[in-house]
Amino acid sequence: MSRIASTFAALRARNERALVLYVTAGDPELAELPAIVDALVEGGADLIEIGLPFSDPIADGPTIQAGTQRALDRGVTPTSVLRTVGSLRSAVPLVLMGYYNPVLRFGHDAFAKSVADAGFDATIVTDLTAEEADDWLRASRANGLDNVLLAAPTSTDARLDEVCRRATGFVYAVSRTGVTGAGQEAPIEVQFLVRRLKARTQTPVCVGFGVSTPEHVRMVCEVADGAVVGSWLVRALAESWYGGAGRADLVRRIRDLKDATRG
Amino acid sequence: MVTSPDARGRFGAFGGRYVPETLVPALDELRDEFERAWADRDFRAEFERLSREYVGRPTPVTEARRLSEDTGLHVSIKREDLCHTGAHKINNALGQALLARRMGKRRIIAETGAGQHGVATATVCALFGLRCVVYMGVEDCERQKINVFRMKLLGAEVVPVESGTKTLKDALNEAMRDWVTNVGDTHYIIGTAAGPHPYPYMVRELQSVIGIEARSQYLERYGRLPDACVACVGGGSNAIGFFHAFVPDSGVRLVGIEAGGDGIETGRHAAPLTAGSPGVLHGSYSYLMQDEFGQVLGTHSVSAGLDYPGVGAEHSFLKDSGRAEYTSVTDAEALDAFRWVAQCEGLIPAFESAHALAALRKGLFEPGEHVLVNLSGRGDKDMETASRILHL
Repeated sequence: MSRIASTFAALRARNERALVLYVTAGDPELAELPAIVDALVEGGADLIEIGLPFSDPIADGPTIQAGTQRALDRGVTPTSVLRTVGSLRSAVPLVLMGYYNPVLRFGHDAFAKSVADAGFDATIVTDLTAEEADDWLRASRANGLDNVLLAAPTSTDARLDEVCRRATGFVYAVSRTGVTGAGQEAPIEVQFLVRRLKARTQTPVCVGFGVSTPEHVRMVCEVADGAVVGSWLVRALAESWYGGAGRADLVRRIRDLKDATRG
Repeated sequence: MVTSPDARGRFGAFGGRYVPETLVPALDELRDEFERAWADRDFRAEFERLSREYVGRPTPVTEARRLSEDTGLHVSIKREDLCHTGAHKINNALGQALLARRMGKRRIIAETGAGQHGVATATVCALFGLRCVVYMGVEDCERQKINVFRMKLLGAEVVPVESGTKTLKDALNEAMRDWVTNVGDTHYIIGTAAGPHPYPYMVRELQSVIGIEARSQYLERYGRLPDACVACVGGGSNAIGFFHAFVPDSGVRLVGIEAGGDGIETGRHAAPLTAGSPGVLHGSYSYLMQDEFGQVLGTHSVSAGLDYPGVGAEHSFLKDSGRAEYTSVTDAEALDAFRWVAQCEGLIPAFESAHALAALRKGLFEPGEHVLVNLSGRGDKDMETASRILHL
């Protein structure tokens, strides 16, 4: 059983859902990443997605896009991200989230090996659709990595079949037809999408894109196996990581999010 | 020679669809609906009628006697500059707006670099009463102020894009994001032959009228085909539309001219086919300008319309198959040609098209050869920049 599968099994045994947190590598500074991961785990993160900054993040909303730009301006590269992650020890599974071109540039096998060696448990390649994913899935499977695939409310049943057939770790359900960004209402369409996915797969389903408050998390966790919080955290880190009460405040707010995952 | 994409939307190794899952159903719908429309005699008749009565097609082929004397070549020019709105861009915008109307989508979004595609899109939206939002990099808004005003005058909303390099590629990113969010009621009219399948194929089909007309006009006028066809290549829509009809004519050289900027050796250029490598940008596998880590590089060209780090998938295929050849000319060479063609022929080309014309003086052709150049747009939009650079 993969580390991610064990995590979901343990959560189920405690009647909890997963709190999945997203942070962009290099925003704040890459050197802070180990301390940030510590704080997220202390707050109660069950899984952590680490975003690999890409120059053209077409699927990300303004908040994560701005964080990506700050990271790139600081000179963050895939190599420096992998080195930093390789140097930290995380008590929870880590998922690398990025775009396909850097994967392609490294080469599938070399990239999968580097990612696994750095201690990641899975990847999400945002712009890699199910029908284009098989070469990458083969390489990452050979290196023991799970593959999280995206499912959208707009996906047809046939497409959800393709996604569910390939996804391991969890399926990432996009909660609304839209890009990431905090401050929106958690949508209703998520319930229908999750139900459609659950009818097809035993793999856990997590919901993201637009989840930013404990209320959102609670709503999502009524139907899904976990909630992904991204933009809110990126903004919180940018605003308060270096502030005096920054870390303690962040841990407290994450604890509120985690509390909302308990049934 | 492959001229249609395969089931996965690929020309040989190039093309495909690399997009967030949310967009895949919209791309499927677009592919199916375009296939149906393109095979529908009524749709084609309406497209052809408007091309004739509104755009002003067919555009002529003009023999360029003084350019011929200057170069020792036999030069003719396909006059897309005479299209309504001043460039070939309207061929594609018109076709896609008709398609959007057929699909019941009332809101249109577009990206634009030089502003020509934005103006063309705003124009057809006015014609059909569709809402229009155009994304444009702030740097390009500055370079092409007059086109920003034209779009607004035509009733479009122009959204300046501050992200990334603030040029065409970032405008495309923003338009993609808008589409992801509003895919239900919105059609995205990509202005070039790049992007995920079916765009490279659809845009090629809608622009192919350029080469179909030019080939038959040339045959009628000269009783032969040209030795070479030359076009500028940014994303590559005018070039692919121009080349397409000539692809089976193996005796006709197809020459694409990229933006060499300050010179390929300086790294400050926009020439992915000349100096880039294959990768994935904006939903498609094709040549692009990228660093060792796969980050897309910033580009430089005096021409906003060519200032793009990627290129349409079919051009990558034509390059690797050897059917077409690609080279570049610098900003300085393009500006020289801009003035040269204005003063020799009384034709003021767009900066983009000036790149294609500059190729006539690069020693690419044998004396006496028949060369047909696509003049993809006129230079009115570039007057302000030109007047700052050229001190006359």
